[in-house]
This record gives sequence, structure tokens and C-alpha cells, in this order.
Amino acid sequence: MNFEAIKAIYVSEMARTRRTLMQSVVSPVISTVLYFVVFGAAIGSRITEVDGVSYGAFIVPGLIMMSLMTQSLSNAAFGIYFPQFTGTIFEILSAPVSFFEITVAYVGAAATKSIIVGAVILITASFFVPLEIQHPVWMVAFFVLTSVTFALLGFIIGIWADNFERLQFVPLLIVTPLAFLGGSFYSISMLPEFWQKVTLLNPVLYLISGFRWSFYGQADVSLWLSLLATMVFLGGSLAVVHWIFKTGYRLKP
Amino acid sequence: MASILSVRDLEKTYDGGFQALKSVSLEIEQGEVFALLGPNGAGKTTLISTICGLVQSTGGSVTVGGYDAEKDYRAARKLIGLVPQEMPTAPFEIVGDTVALSRGLFGLRPDRKLVEKILKDLSLWDKRDGPIKSLSGGMKRRLLVAKALAHEPKILFLDEPTAGVDVELRRDMWRLVSDLKAQGVTIILTTHYIEEAEEMADRVGVINKGEIILVEDKDELMRKLGRKLLKLSLTAPLSEVPPELARHDLTLSEDGTELTYTYDSQADRTGITTLLSDLSAAGVHFQDLQTDQSSLEDIFVDLVKRD
Ligand SMILES: Nc1ncnc2c1ncn2[C@@H]1O[C@H](COP(=O)(O)OP(=O)(O)OP(=O)(O)O)[C@@H](O)[C@H]1O
Ligand SMILES: [Mg+2]
Repeated sequence: MNFEAIKAIYVSEMARTRRTLMQSVVSPVISTVLYFVVFGAAIGSRITEVDGVSYGAFIVPGLIMMSLMTQSLSNAAFGIYFPQFTGTIFEILSAPVSFFEITVAYVGAAATKSIIVGAVILITASFFVPLEIQHPVWMVAFFVLTSVTFALLGFIIGIWADNFERLQFVPLLIVTPLAFLGGSFYSISMLPEFWQKVTLLNPVLYLISGFRWSFYGQADVSLWLSLLATMVFLGGSLAVVHWIFKTGYRLKP
Repeated sequence: MASILSVRDLEKTYDGGFQALKSVSLEIEQGEVFALLGPNGAGKTTLISTICGLVQSTGGSVTVGGYDAEKDYRAARKLIGLVPQEMPTAPFEIVGDTVALSRGLFGLRPDRKLVEKILKDLSLWDKRDGPIKSLSGGMKRRLLVAKALAHEPKILFLDEPTAGVDVELRRDMWRLVSDLKAQGVTIILTTHYIEEAEEMADRVGVINKGEIILVEDKDELMRKLGRKLLKLSLTAPLSEVPPELARHDLTLSEDGTELTYTYDSQADRTGITTLLSDLSAAGVHFQDLQTDQSSLEDIFVDLVKRD
């Protein structure tokens, strides 16, 4: 195992994050504050409580989850896409580094970055609304697992994408809508029965539900289903990465 | 000498079906400077990329320092440094950091002293804290050399190190190559400039359309090419070479105004003195003279044109 190489790639990716600190950390914080203003203040004045939790506090886990997913995806996708785009990937491919090590380094860096962003949002939110975390261990587990899983997915997208549109496609056109419709801002019990059933088909719902449970002890679906969904995502991503590793897909002509 | 890199029957057919390498075999000796010449699209970059693991071969094998480049890729690649033809760099990365990254990729612990030495050797030390985009083209080329040297490779590939580089930088590159050679690094470079091969190489290989068509010791090649031409512009045209000059290897131009003498410049006796005295004895006078040497360029053009 070439640990020095993993460290070198990780450090250099984190340096890239530091160089773009404004975009990477400040902008998600600003957009979160905007969500608070719009959903918390505007809607919150009408819906005061959801299952005994103030509306402002209720949306915090959903907001964090949404940022974790989109940040992990786009960070990892961009992280591995960019060196292919500029050609600097040559250096990694000609070094004594295995595909596994490349994956660990890029996914690790992308996950770290989104964990930082998520934590910053959590802290920001705590200034606006009273937060309570009933199951901190579960909270951290969902937090980390979601970051890693979506970073893996992003890594796959970054390898698959051959232009910038494709790179943006999944985060913007799939994950963001799924997160919105997956109960980031409401409990599905607030929906008509038909739409409740439809929403249960949305995989993202299970992640958000589990995460919210770790805060307030209330969930749309059972905790074990949430955990299972997370594991299915993780397992699926690992399987695809393994397949890429086996076939050398796209990284080499 | 022992061979440090051997390429056996290496083949590469790209996805589109284009065969860029056709059973290439090559032995590179430890410590030599090998120049690979060939026209655009001959397969030089493909050959280097396949050896270095950037391109997946479709046949044959490569061993580096005795290690199979695929099965033992870690051990094999540790020996190799690569400066690619294109100059891919991450524009916002910091110069010093990127050299440190290169070293790390090869599994080596950070070594500030070494990075400092390399950057100083390549006159980049002043630029170490700036982003790569602040470098000029020539500096970027040097930076890529610095990155390739950061893990102290035993074999260095330079893919057209002096393409689009000014005269001074080209001299610097030549000096660098001879310094590295003195340190025992084996160097394989590709170039379009024949004078570069003449200047630096111990051996020369010519590749065309994916096939190696010649591998030759440079001095041997130059000796073969050592034939020189002496051209004499005559004051008055001749209709034929005078018989008293028949023992010299002379040809007369069609209009009879120029005599050409072919000789071996490496020989002990070139025969020029006798020729000149025979000429004046025969009453042949000339107003001007010039010499011409066939170069690697000529043989290269000859070889590549042949098919
Ligand atoms: N990724 C690729 N896919 C398909 N064909 C390729 C690819 N890379 C190179 N080729 C083809 O392989 C041939 C050899 O290309 P290569 O880059 O090795 O040439 P070269 O000798 O380095 O030329 P140059 O002197 O211009 O750098 C060319 O015909 C090129 O079009
Ligand atoms: Mg080339």
C-alpha cells in the first residue's frame, strides 16, 4: 500500500479546497442561511411545529443532508475529472499508485470537504434555531457514511463524464430534486396518502429520515430501513468502483 | 553493458482500430542517452506512454530494471521519471507543492532539501511560492522536469524536451541531460531536431509508422555519415573531368561549372592536398570552394522516405 501517495494526493486536494475556500465553504453557508430565511422565517411563521419540533429546527437535518450529498458528489466528480481534463492525471497513472489508492485519496478528500461544509452549516444553524441531537453516535455515522457514499458516486461520475455538462447533470438534475422531494423541508405525513406512497420510492428520503431521527428521535421510515438504504448506496458505489478498477474503464486509452 | 529497459514485441492498437505500435523491440542500456527520432505520428509518444503505463498495451512486454512493467508495476515505475510532450499542469497549484506531490506519489517521504536542490538546479527556486500559471512556457517545461526528478528516477523519459523552446533553454536542457547522465541516469528522449540527437545521444533509434527501422550507435552512424563533399566553382566551365584528375573521386555538374569531390572526413588522408595540386597542374582554376557534410538529417529523411 502506497500511503505516501494517498497522503500526497489528499494533501494536494485539500490545498485546492483551501485555495477556493470562498466557493467551497462560504457559499454553502450563505445558501443555507437563505434557506433559513425563506423556509424557516416565511413558511415557519405558518407551520410552527412538525411533530413537536419547531419548523426551523425541523429542516436543519434535511438541509445538512442535502449539502452533504451535493457537495460530496460535485467535489469528488470535479476532483477526478479536472486532472483528466488538464492532463495532469498522467502523473498519477505513471506513478506506483493503484486504482484503489487513487480512489481512497480522492474520495477521502471530497468527503472531508463536505463533512467540513456540513459541520459549518450545523454550527450556523445553531445560531438560528435551538438544536438538539438525541443520538450523536448515529448522527455522526449517517453524516460520515453519506459523505463517503456520495463522494464515491461523484468519483464514478467524474470518471464517466467527458464534458462539464455531464459533470453537473447528476448533482443538479437528480440529487437536488430528490432531496427536495425526499422530505428535506417537510414530513411525509403532511402529504396526501398517494404522494406519501410515491415519496417512499425516493431513496434519498431514507437517508434524510434516518439523519433527522438522530436529531429529534422522529422519522418517516424506520431507522433500520434508513441504515439499509445507506448501505445499499454505499455497496452499489463500491461495486461500480470495483468494476472500473477491474476494467480500467476510461482512465487509460 | 546491462540493459535496464527491454521492450519486447510491444504492440498498441488504439480503440478506433489504429495500430500505433507494430511489434516494437528495443533494449536500452544502463546509463546511456538514447534518442528516438521519427516524423509526426510515428508512435514515439505512444511508445513512451505504453512503457510508463499511461497507455494500455495490446501485446508484448516491457521490463524495467528486471521488473515486469505490468505485474510488478510498482517496482518498475519507481525507476522511471517522465516529462511528457504536452505540458499538463494544474494552473493554480503552487510550484513547490507540485514538486512535493510528485515525490509523494512515488511513495517517498517529503524531502525539502532535495526539492530545494532540484528547484535551484532548474532555476525555479524564486518561483516556488507562486502558482504554476505564473510561469512562462519554458519555466513550465523546467517544472515538469523538476517533477519528474523529484523521486530520483534511474530512467528519465523526455518527450520532445526542446519543442518550442528558445536557444538558451535548449542549451540548458542539453546541459541538464549531460549532468544527469554523469550521475548515472539513463535518458531516453524524442526529438525532431537531428542536431539534438547528434549533440546528446549515445545511440539513435528511428521509428516510423509504428516500427523501429534503425537502431545504431551514434558515432558509428556519424562515421557512416562522415562523408564530406568539397564543391569547387570553376572560373571556366569544363566539358568533362580532365583525364589527369581521373584518380580522384570527382563529378562534374551538368553545366560544367562545378566539380564535386567526395571524401571521408574521418580518414587519415583526405586527399585534398593532392587534389588541389593536381588541379593546378591540370590548369583547372576555381573561384570559390565550399564543403558540405551529410548529416543525421539526411539519413533520417532518406530512411523515412524509403517506404
Ligand atoms: N488516444 C489515441 N487514440 C487513437 N489514436 C491515437 C491516440 N494517441 C495517438 N494516436 C495515433 O497514434 C499515432 C502515433 O501517435 P504518437 O503521438 O505516438 O506520435 P508521435 O511519434 O509522438 O508524434 P509527434 O512527433 O507528433 O509527437 C498517430 O497516428 C496518432 O493519431
Ligand atoms: Mg509525440
